Parts: sequence; C-alpha cells; structure tokens
Amino acid sequence: METVIEVNSLRKSFGSNEILKGIDLSVTKGEVVSVIGSSGSGKSTFLRCVNLLEWPTSGDILFKGESVTRRGFKLPLYREKVGMVFQQFNLFQNMNVLQNCVIGQMKVAGRDRETARKIAVECLEKVGMQEYIHAKPRQLSGGQQQRVAIARALCMEPDALLFDEPTSALDPEMVGGVLRVISALAHTGLTLIVVTHEMAFARDVSDRVVFMDGGVIAEQGTPDDIFTNPHNPRLREFLTRFLT
Amino acid sequence: MPSERSALQWIVLFIEKYWLQFLKGTGMTVLLAVIGTAAGFVIGLIIGVVRTIPKQAGGKTGFSLRALALGVLNSLLAIYTEVLRGTPMMVQAMLIYYGLTEFAKVNIAAIPAGMIVITLNTGAYMAEIVRGGIQSIDPGQSEAAKAIGMNHWKTMLYVVLPQAVRNILPATGNEFVVNLKDSSVLNVITVTELFYATRAIRGSYYRTYEPFLIAAAIYLALTFISSRLLRLLEKYLDGPRDFSLAQNVGRTRRK
Ligand SMILES: Nc1ncnc2c1ncn2[C@@H]1O[C@H](COP(=O)(O)OP(=O)(O)OP(=O)(O)O)[C@@H](O)[C@H]1O
Ligand SMILES: [Mg+2]
Repeated sequence: METVIEVNSLRKSFGSNEILKGIDLSVTKGEVVSVIGSSGSGKSTFLRCVNLLEWPTSGDILFKGESVTRRGFKLPLYREKVGMVFQQFNLFQNMNVLQNCVIGQMKVAGRDRETARKIAVECLEKVGMQEYIHAKPRQLSGGQQQRVAIARALCMEPDALLFDEPTSALDPEMVGGVLRVISALAHTGLTLIVVTHEMAFARDVSDRVVFMDGGVIAEQGTPDDIFTNPHNPRLREFLTRFLT
Repeated sequence: MPSERSALQWIVLFIEKYWLQFLKGTGMTVLLAVIGTAAGFVIGLIIGVVRTIPKQAGGKTGFSLRALALGVLNSLLAIYTEVLRGTPMMVQAMLIYYGLTEFAKVNIAAIPAGMIVITLNTGAYMAEIVRGGIQSIDPGQSEAAKAIGMNHWKTMLYVVLPQAVRNILPATGNEFVVNLKDSSVLNVITVTELFYATRAIRGSYYRTYEPFLIAAAIYLALTFISSRLLRLLEKYLDGPRDFSLAQNVGRTRRK
C-alpha cells in the first residue's frame, strides 16, 4: 500500500509549552483515520502541523515520500493536494458558493473558468449544495456552509483531506448530513484524517482510530480494538465519558 | 462703498459677480480632496499590506536578511505615520512648500505642493484605517485560503483586501469629507481652493460675512452630497440581500 502522509517524531512547542511530544503516524492511500482525544490533547495542533499552518518545532512530515519542510519544497502545491476542512467552515465571505469553489481552481491550480465551474458544480453535487451556487455564506446554515467548505476542498482534487472537528460547531440536527457527506467520501478512495468527537462516526466509518493524549499517540488500532478492547487506562476513561 | 444693501442683496451680488471664482475655488477644493483621498488610499493600502508580510518565510526562525529589511521598513513607515498624524497639516504645508524651494532648490508650484501635502497626510491616516480593516477580517479565512494553496499575496488580493476595503469604505468616505474641509488650510501656501478664493473675493468689497456664508453653503453641499453618494456606493457593493436557488444545475438532482 502506498503511503500518502508519513509523520516522523513530530514535536511542536508554543514558546516553552510543548504541545506535541513526538508523533509518528503513517497513513496509506484511501485510509480513513479518526483522531480522538480529550480537549487540549493537541489534536488540532497536530492536524495544523500536517498541512503546515503551524510549523513543526522538530521532526518531519513526508508527502508521498517527500519531506514537506525542506527548503524549496512547493508548499502551495502540497496544500492543493492535502486539503483542510475547519470547525468554523471559514468560507470566503466576499464570494458566493460558486466563487468559493472556483477561486482556488483558477488562482492556484490554473484552470480556466469553464473547467473550474464544471468541477465546482460536480463537487457541490456531491455535497448536495448545487442549488445554492448564488448564495453568500452568511445566507446559509452552519451545516450548509460546512458542506460547501467540503466541496471547496474537493474542487482542488486532493489526495488527502484533513478535517478538524467538522461537526462541532453545528446544531445537532445538522450533524448527520455533514457526517453522511464525509462517510460518502470515505468510500471514494480519498485519504482522510478526521479529528472528531463523534464516536459513532469513528467506530463505523474509519479504518483506524488514533487516541491522542498529552501530545502523544497513546493508543491506536482498528475501531474494534479501540472501542471494544481498549488497553490504555486514559483511553478507557475517555471512552466511558463519551459512550455513557 | 455704500452699504445700504441687505445681507441677502450682498449675497446675490457676490454670486452674480464672482460665481466663476467661487466655482473655480470649489473645483480646486474637490480636486484636492479627490486626489488626496485616492492617492492617500493607495499609500494606506500599500503600507497596510507591507505590514502584514510575514517576517519569516515558511515558519523558519532566527536571523534573516528578510526579517531585518522588513523591520527597518516597518520602522520607517511607523515614523511616517506618527509624524504626519502628530503635526497640523497647515504646518506640514509650510514645511513642504517652503522647505522644498529653499533647501532642495526644487521650484514647486503651490498646487502640486498642496496635493503632495494632502496626499501624504491622508496616507498616514489611511494606513491606520487599512490596518484596522485587515485585522477585522477573521484569520480563519486566511487559513482557509492557505489551505487551498494560496500564498500570502493571493490570500491578500482575493480574500482579505476585498473585505477589508469594503469594511473601511465608511472611514474612507469620512477621510474624503475631512479633506473637503481641511484642504482649506492649504490657503497658507496660496493654493487657490475655496477658502483662498473666498478671501480674495472678500477683499474687493471689504465684506467678510456674505462671501463666507456662501463658502459655508458650498462646503456643506459638498460634504452632504458626498456622504450620500458614499452610502449609495456601499449599498450597491453589498449586493442583493436575498439569493434564489439555481435551477437545473449540473446533471443530477439529489433526493
Ligand atoms: N497558537 C498557539 N499558541 C499557544 N498555545 C497554543 C496555540 N495553539 C494551541 N495551543 C495550546 O495547545 C494545546 C492543545 O491545543 P489543541 O487545539 O491542539 O487541542 P485539541 O486537542 O484540538 O483540543 P480541542 O478538542 O478542544 O479542540 C492547548 O493547551 C492550547 O492552549
Ligand atoms: Mg481542536
């Protein structure tokens, strides 16, 4: 199996405060990895390091075997291929839905307007938002905005997508729709790393579950391993808090 | 000169006799305000964007030539804004007009000198306004732009600045109104704007009140009209409040 993202001894400090204390993780093509863990364990920081919104203090990240932190690495090209979906959606407020999905294709991937528009509509169809191309983000519900944000990431035709708690900012009735969209992506061969508090999603959709605690990966395994046979005491404690 | 005329008659007389001078003065005032605000806006925009350039490329730390150059540049820009905002425009006008002729031996006419003064002055204020406008844009949007591969400049150009400029439009309009009024101080370097023209008109009949009443009315009309126009522009830029669902987009419909 081809390795898409490989994280080696990743450490990250903010000032003297070390948040990530040596993370090793290797994700193969088409794999769906859920990252769980309590608040403050460093899940977001980890994800942000993977696409270099935060620069690692030490350690490295390899994309298809190539170090992304070395001098001369084409960072925009990497980010094009490893997309990110944020908890707060972060749609461009000055653009409508279609423009949100087209701008990156034209200004980063260099596609012409017609091609970009066609791909945008296809991606919006995948998330069920094709009717809303003329809407501005603030005219949409949270769930709708998040689905557009997913479409925007898909438009770049990425190899992998990173999700940072994609449903945590949503009203409960919106969560299901967004999770269904992500589940559908999981079956298309796209590589996904999903930080989530939705245990049912982690259990049912992912190939592997990673439990982060105190800036390290405390335990990882198949959903079955993690949810029915957890070893780490902190993981057990975490699960009883979540599953009861 | 007999003064059995009423104030109203004086006003009519001044308008009949000097309408061209009033018009020319008004034209110069508007020109100064337009050029000062437009060029000052550009200066403010450039300074505001320069200030956002990341000190270090790609998260690297430690000494770099780039960080040093940016540090020096930012200090110079800070000095510029502090000095221009901390001194009266009237004094700046004297220093620039007479300073240039006396020390730099540049023979500059009053009107271009006045334009330089009002531009530099507005630029200093606009720099702060632009800075605030950029800071008001949620950093999440910049991160999202980076996450689809945009570099700093593209992020600024397509995502941050369009919103920042929209947000600072009211403040920019305010600068324009201030410039309409404050361009009057440029009379000290003999720029023939409305105040200067009015004073010259006064001289011919030794009457002060009526010509300046006319000037006040003109200033008021200018500021009133420009704030109304600006309000319309803002409304236009905001676009319609509602959207309609697109019909038959793509091939398939869900559900
Ligand atoms: N830019 C930053 N500067 C300083 N400290 C930071 C920064 N970003 C994160 N931290 C700290 O790092 C720690 C881990 O934060 P992180 O957001 O990665 O946790 P998390 O696991 O995603 O938590 P949550 O489930 O609440 O989202 C927190 O204590 C946070 O205060
Ligand atoms: Mg988080």
